[in-house]
Amino acid sequence: MRPVLDIESLTVEYVSDERSVRGADRVSLQIAPGEILGLAGESGCGKSTIAHSIMRLLKDPARITHGSIRFDGADVLAMAPDELRSWRWRQVAMVFQSAMNSLSPVMRIGDQLADVFTTHERMSKRAASSRAAELLELVGIPAARIHAYPHQLSGGQRQRVVIAMACALRPRLLILDEPTTALDVVVQQEILAQIRQLQAELGFAVLFITHDMSLMLELSDRIGVMYAGRIVELAPAAALRREPRHDYTQALMGAFPPITGPRVKLTGLGEGVRFTSIGDLAEVAPGHFVAPADTTEILFAKETQR
Amino acid sequence: MGFILRRLGFYLVAFWASITLNFMLPRLMPGDPVTRMLSRSQQRLDPQQVESLQRLLGVEGGPWWQEYFAYIGRVFTGDFGVSISRFPTPVSEVIAAQLPWTLLLGAVSLFLAVVIGNLLGILAAWRRGGALDSVVPPLLVFIGSFPYFWLAMGSLYVFGVTLGISPLRHAFSVGLTPSWDLTFIFDVAAHLILPALSIVLVSIGGWMLGMRNTMISTNAEDYILMAEAKGLRPRRIMFNYAARNALLPSVTNIGMSLGFIVGGALLTEVVFAYPGVGYQLLAAVQGLDYPLMQGLFLTITAAVLLANFLVDLVYVRLDPRVRVG
Repeated sequence: MRPVLDIESLTVEYVSDERSVRGADRVSLQIAPGEILGLAGESGCGKSTIAHSIMRLLKDPARITHGSIRFDGADVLAMAPDELRSWRWRQVAMVFQSAMNSLSPVMRIGDQLADVFTTHERMSKRAASSRAAELLELVGIPAARIHAYPHQLSGGQRQRVVIAMACALRPRLLILDEPTTALDVVVQQEILAQIRQLQAELGFAVLFITHDMSLMLELSDRIGVMYAGRIVELAPAAALRREPRHDYTQALMGAFPPITGPRVKLTGLGEGVRFTSIGDLAEVAPGHFVAPADTTEILFAKETQR
Repeated sequence: MGFILRRLGFYLVAFWASITLNFMLPRLMPGDPVTRMLSRSQQRLDPQQVESLQRLLGVEGGPWWQEYFAYIGRVFTGDFGVSISRFPTPVSEVIAAQLPWTLLLGAVSLFLAVVIGNLLGILAAWRRGGALDSVVPPLLVFIGSFPYFWLAMGSLYVFGVTLGISPLRHAFSVGLTPSWDLTFIFDVAAHLILPALSIVLVSIGGWMLGMRNTMISTNAEDYILMAEAKGLRPRRIMFNYAARNALLPSVTNIGMSLGFIVGGALLTEVVFAYPGVGYQLLAAVQGLDYPLMQGLFLTITAAVLLANFLVDLVYVRLDPRVRVG
């Protein structure tokens, strides 16, 4: 089956006068229709950079310097502004990191939902606002709340509104950029259940970005682990949970405690270890890709000597 | 609703305080203002007028609280006494004749400066680093650092005296009677251009810079990125999402600038001999016209309070977050 999203060797650089930093380095990945792909990694490893480049939301000084992004065969990087605008949200929608700040504080949430319909479907204001009300019902918020302002909703409700907004045009791909950060554990679970239910109903593919490994293992079909702008391991969730191959993935898996089983000493994330010149992904088992890890540099030993 | 009532209460207290201050001022001054005025006017005042003056300034004798309540009563009936420099016109009539011109000049220049300045600020921030953003702000700040009366005198000299294409003084040509016909309206507009322009030029840079800076920080907000991801048109994102949020500090500034309006751009009015409140206030001070001064002070205070109350009302409409708490 043709992948809905096909990223090929994507390189994003943050360019300044003195130097440029690679936010993403030759990243390749595919997402099949209806699949949930998780992207894990610590802060600053390039997860959000990839999410933003898919929708071409990168701002100066970030620049895509290499690679291609194909959405259902269409070249995203070659789209003209008008084409890009109608493609956004209709095909790919995104839920941003901060639930609190994704909604304009001075507009009623109904108007912000209706915006999508008046822009993309050329609906009348009245029709758009009745669709907005239906969307709210879809995520379990009473339709009467379309007249509410964002500050009148709880953090979880706001994120639901954003998720409802993302589903408005039944996109083929939904990008979730840490959708549950800044929400408490109970609300996190509700939001995830909501996403799973919507995904079952609407059948969109998901790119799920988080640094929370336990959430990721729970939700994703496949998981990519990123480090310093590169993907170091890409495997089905079950395989990754069973036997993570890359040292960094192992460190990541070791960073949260198992609830059952023997007590394990938690290790910090890549403590004393830095990976340099990470190679390209190579298949080690069916569907399980690992970047060669033989070039790890142990800083730990030096530090203990001091 | 509760918010509005609380604000209204605050303004009433402020108004009461200003009336009280106005009552106390003449009593705190060394000497007796009535005697000083009498000596200045070289006994040209008749006894009845002296009495009215004394009554007005609260120096007629008797317990202070009695005078105080009598004064407050007179203020609320609009009785500010009789002007000395414009004898025998009542102060309320003098003010009523001046106030519209000041309001016209102030409102027109504030409106133009706010609208143009904010629009320029929005556009400059939207294309940050573009031509508009690099050239206009420094230029406007340069112009804005001239004293406004200097610009007024300069433009009066160039356009009025040297080129002779603009009227030199007053709010309308001598010989015309105020009415709503086109000739008169055009004449008033012609007299308004230079004074208003000198104020607009000086203040517009501040509005633009303020709006530009707020707008730049607003543009970095997540909801702007979200709006862009939603595929909205840039114009809609710029006005409905970014500018709509960046407008709020500007509205607060408008409230504060309203004081400048009613107090009159004093020196501008003096330069153009524009018959406004500022010009009249100067005349009242020079002529030691205490009743008129008091009346003007009170009018200015009342107008500023009223204007700020209106801005509060508008702000409540613009920012739903202040409605709670």
